Amino acid sequence: MIQVIVNGLSVGAFYALVALGYSMVYGIIKLLNFAHGDIYMLGAYVGFVVLGALTSWLSLPTALGLVLVTLVTMALTGGAGVLLERVAYRPIRHAPRLSLLITAVGLSFALEYGVRQIFGPQPSHFPVQIDAGSVHLFGATITIARIVVILVAAGLMVVLALFVAKTRQGRAMRAIALDAKAARLMGIDVDRTISLVFFIGSALAGAAGVLAGAVYGTIDFLMGFIIGIKAFTAAVIGGIGNLYGAMLGGVALGLLESFGVAWLGGQWRDVFSFLCLILFLTFRPTGILGGRVQERM
Amino acid sequence: MALIPRRPRPPALLRPPVDLVQPLGRRFDWRGPRAPLRLIGLLAVVGVFVLPFLNASTYLMQILTSAYIYVMLAMGLNVVVGYAGLLDLGYIAFFAVGAYTSGIATTRLGLSQVQAIPLVIVVCVLAGIVIGGPTLRLRSDYLAIVTLGFGEIIRVTANNLSVTGGPAGIYAIPGWQFFGWRLRDGFSLGGLRFNGQVTFYYFVALIVTVLGVLGISQIARGRLGRAWKAVRDDEDAAEAMGINTYLAKITAYIIGAVWAGLAGQLMATQQSAISPPSFQFLHSALILMAVVLGGMGSTPGVIVGALFISLAPEFLRGVADWRYLIFGLLLILVMIFRPAGLWPASAVLPWSRDRRRAAETAPPPPPESPSSPAAAADRGPTADGPTSAPASPEREVRP
Repeated sequence: MIQVIVNGLSVGAFYALVALGYSMVYGIIKLLNFAHGDIYMLGAYVGFVVLGALTSWLSLPTALGLVLVTLVTMALTGGAGVLLERVAYRPIRHAPRLSLLITAVGLSFALEYGVRQIFGPQPSHFPVQIDAGSVHLFGATITIARIVVILVAAGLMVVLALFVAKTRQGRAMRAIALDAKAARLMGIDVDRTISLVFFIGSALAGAAGVLAGAVYGTIDFLMGFIIGIKAFTAAVIGGIGNLYGAMLGGVALGLLESFGVAWLGGQWRDVFSFLCLILFLTFRPTGILGGRVQERM
Repeated sequence: MALIPRRPRPPALLRPPVDLVQPLGRRFDWRGPRAPLRLIGLLAVVGVFVLPFLNASTYLMQILTSAYIYVMLAMGLNVVVGYAGLLDLGYIAFFAVGAYTSGIATTRLGLSQVQAIPLVIVVCVLAGIVIGGPTLRLRSDYLAIVTLGFGEIIRVTANNLSVTGGPAGIYAIPGWQFFGWRLRDGFSLGGLRFNGQVTFYYFVALIVTVLGVLGISQIARGRLGRAWKAVRDDEDAAEAMGINTYLAKITAYIIGAVWAGLAGQLMATQQSAISPPSFQFLHSALILMAVVLGGMGSTPGVIVGALFISLAPEFLRGVADWRYLIFGLLLILVMIFRPAGLWPASAVLPWSRDRRRAAETAPPPPPESPSSPAAAADRGPTADGPTSAPASPEREVRP
């Protein structure tokens, strides 16, 4: 039981980190960024390269090295997210919704197969792994890696929540999410704030990617696909566009999935979570924390 | 089916039996600006029917059969994405449903392929209703991701059930036979001997695809098609005009599902074996690319797009590995610079004298307002289209 819950929490931490980016972007420009799962994949590969470079230049203790790599990766994937928004989304931001969605699919495809061209179709092995053993707690075996994931994710989320709630930039984000036109009239630089949202969302996904590499050991170019849908599911369960909803939804989906696997068996895991998505969309499309839904005309 | 309120109708004797589709008689207009393109299309259709009499090599027949299956899929997806404006990212799931239904019906229930056709259609209609029913009430971007999830559900389910053969799939699927005569026996015509194995799958696929293309383009010109386009362009306005938008959307979804299912049956009989890896997201994305690159809502565009996507690996052997990356980038570039696709629905030949006339009928020109000369004068230097002719006296007053 405890085992199932801890497993669920650690998987949910990944979902929550990726779901935050989905949810923030959706909240601010009403765009489903399909390429977001691939930013996570990109994060894992950037971490892979940076880690390789770091370990060949200087020898750091694993923990410190990993923290450094995570920070560098977050900066790089954040930059990549900003670049993608600038190149692909901004020119057609006011085009029909279908064009934006198709562009996002194209972007996701280009990222996946671009990485495949560089690193090859085989999974790569992450050079460093968190395997500091495990602790026994209430009859459950909990690996240190899982605890690290949960703690890092929680830390990042607290920082993000404080940023959005307390700073000037965070207030600008909330203003644009409420009414972009009015925000522009009030002198907020909308384009810059959208870039910032893409930076933060992509950086969080990049951090999740590095963590995934360090925990699971192997990374491949399609790893972002499933987690992209799962993170979207998490965002929907929590209430898309809502920051706390994304966190809650990620954890909820992780737990649901963990229990689902315990009951039904591992091969039905994805089917189970997508069924959850369909049920939620059918019966409560605004999610747990979602408020009013206004149809954009 | 009250999609659009009915017009006053002619007396019963003069009325065509079904006015959902446009009557065939008006189809060939040899004088309009698009006549040359129609002629090219007709020649192409004749050409592909004649082709096996000129060169019936196994390789050529096989890649062309696969290409026709792609055309069939792309035509079906075009209804969903191009006409109704719904993004379906799990379209390959219906292809899988059709292929597996045909495989299970023929290998386990002992039906023949012909008997399996109605079963495939019924199962695909049901699948379309099950998936479309709850999700089509939602916004279009939710639909995209739900269909994505549904595509994965179908693949994973096929991978884990025993009736679908698990990861190994279903093999030894029988081919087509009509009244005891089997296609794979082959036959001779005009002194040429056709080995049935390949050439006839070519003909079956070709005939089904031609019927599929004609069927869709007829439906798209009729009332149902106009309802789809109205929903795509502005759902609220369409609803205000009395169109049942939900019904229009789910009809598009079901027709798309049936077309994909029939394509799946073609694929199952062509390859005689099916397995879950043929139904990955990759293929959904490729079909979407065929539709988008060719031109959403444009029949010739979609056909050309599907042929391009399915034949590209054969022509571009050297860069085969790069093709998915290139396709992805193409998709972005097309959306930014040419959102109507490479061959839009309103295309005419670039050197046609009637370009202007075609352009006039296709998108609505910006409304000219003769009552406000200042506005007309402001727009003066740019507004020299054929529609601005009545306003010409006022255009003398230029700032």
